Amino acid sequence: MNIQTKFLGAVDVKEEAIITFPEGIPGFHDETQFALIPLNETSPFLVLQSVKTEKVGFMVATPYAFKADYSFDLPQDDVVQLAIEQPEDVFVYGILTLKDTLVESTINLLAPVVINEKTKLAKQLVLPTEDEKLLRYPIKKAAEGSAK
Amino acid sequence: MLVLTRKPGETLMLGEDIQVKIISVDGDQVKIGIDAPRALKIYRREVYEAIQQENKAALEASDLRALKEW
Repeated sequence: MNIQTKFLGAVDVKEEAIITFPEGIPGFHDETQFALIPLNETSPFLVLQSVKTEKVGFMVATPYAFKADYSFDLPQDDVVQLAIEQPEDVFVYGILTLKDTLVESTINLLAPVVINEKTKLAKQLVLPTEDEKLLRYPIKKAAEGSAK
Repeated sequence: MLVLTRKPGETLMLGEDIQVKIISVDGDQVKIGIDAPRALKIYRREVYEAIQQENKAALEASDLRALKEW
């Protein structure tokens, strides 16, 4: 199917690749169907694009490009809700808040997007942490980590 | 909204398996203890609102200029 994207124009996505957020995401509860489209082959960035609303397109990235030691426990009820059977099926992304420059831009690691690649079920979690700087974590190439 | 008055050390029950205890009151700060099933998500409301706001801020970016520096 062809969808209109915010950043990449019209993009053809396979229907079986559509990701469902049963609860929407915070602030956008009626947006439940998204496509995940890599920006290019060499960067850690992807577009999380609403299928029905062109302007609802988030830039996301794999968190490990910026924070190599990023990890959290996935609560059991989320494991059930997303029908997760094995850890390898789980993909984690952070939503970017882009500004004019990379230095001012941040990634939201307090509320990661968790996707079960098998079932295409997803949700944006809110981590139970006091570490509020994770909400706007700086985007810098992690010197100690890989940029993949 | 239901409004109840409690003293430090007293507890409220929400249904059968959630207990909210007033631990202490110190000036304008109230310390609260919550016993609830692990599956129940408990957040400070500000945190959830901050995430809603950040999602909206994330959508304000209209071009990918910044990423060219990557």
